[in-house]
Amino acid sequence: MTVWQIIIVASIAVLAIKLVGYLVPERVLQTPTAARTANLMTVALLSGLIVVQTIGSGQGILIDARLPAIVAAAGLFALRVPFILVIVAAAGVAAALRALGWAA
Amino acid sequence: MSGASERTVSERAVSERAEAWRASWAVGLAVAAYGISFGALAVASGLDVWQACVLSAVMFSGGSQFALIGVLAAGGAASGPAAIAGATLLGLRNGLYAVRVSPIVGPGWAKRLLAGHLTIDESTAVATAQPTLESQRIGFWATGTIIWVGWNLMTLAGALLGDLLGDVSAYGLDAAAAAAFLGLVWPRLRALQPVAVAVGAAVVTTLTIPVLPPGLPVLVAALVALVVGIPDLLGRPGGPEPRLVHHDDVPPAPDSGESER
Repeated sequence: MTVWQIIIVASIAVLAIKLVGYLVPERVLQTPTAARTANLMTVALLSGLIVVQTIGSGQGILIDARLPAIVAAAGLFALRVPFILVIVAAAGVAAALRALGWAA
Repeated sequence: MSGASERTVSERAVSERAEAWRASWAVGLAVAAYGISFGALAVASGLDVWQACVLSAVMFSGGSQFALIGVLAAGGAASGPAAIAGATLLGLRNGLYAVRVSPIVGPGWAKRLLAGHLTIDESTAVATAQPTLESQRIGFWATGTIIWVGWNLMTLAGALLGDLLGDVSAYGLDAAAAAAFLGLVWPRLRALQPVAVAVGAAVVTTLTIPVLPPGLPVLVAALVALVVGIPDLLGRPGGPEPRLVHHDDVPPAPDSGESER
């Protein structure tokens, strides 16, 4: 697949899910099990993505400046620092560690 | 006397409309600003500026967009099917939001088609937090429109900026992507059950990264949600079932002050 094909197929799929929600009768999906499992699915996927983005390197694990950066981000989120500032701070931690040569 | 009470009712409606607009702008601007990091990271993942913009314009769901570029960054175009699956699974919750906001949007296929495109975490959260149907409608349409416009403008800005930066790891943009996912999941970790799922998914992902092609570890991790969610393991004992969409269940925009409610 080309990157364009991937982008178009995935975009249509995500948009289609939204539209399907307007077609189904409310009672079909509004069960506690469906709602709970969908919420947990989001949590599981995001958690998996955090791990891949933090220690993944192709098909392998690589510990580098990303790990201290995500730990710093977690601390800032716990302190309720606004989202965009945490993102900038995480990038700053990784960039600084690399510039100083303390981490790859 | 009836005149006085009508005035009170209409004054209340005015203040409810104003409150819905205020919430829409606060949430909308905060989330839109974050589009700049998506644009920059998309380019860093190997997409060109137009591909980043098409994702923001058509897919228009932050979690799915970040998931797609994350998998493409690790596995390239060869990981396309896994990237599509990850983005789609993360978009499933939008379908549930659509069921919830459908009565707020009301009839008319053209209106519902447009509403479908704007159905995301934030528009659903702001709409369902308002007290009356009228203010719910304002909350949904205003938040959705402000974010769509702002998110796309900022994506373009971020993509152009990312193009200029070149080697993005020197600027820590790879760490910023991880932090962005953390920010998306953070407001959802308010009970034992989601925390357990998050930890379980993280462990499963770590164990499967070395043995599975890029993109698949995340999909395997999603199974943790099914294992815990369907039998309701570790659910709130005796507590109310989580509602489909309650503003507490939807991540508030990061600096909207919603989390203080």
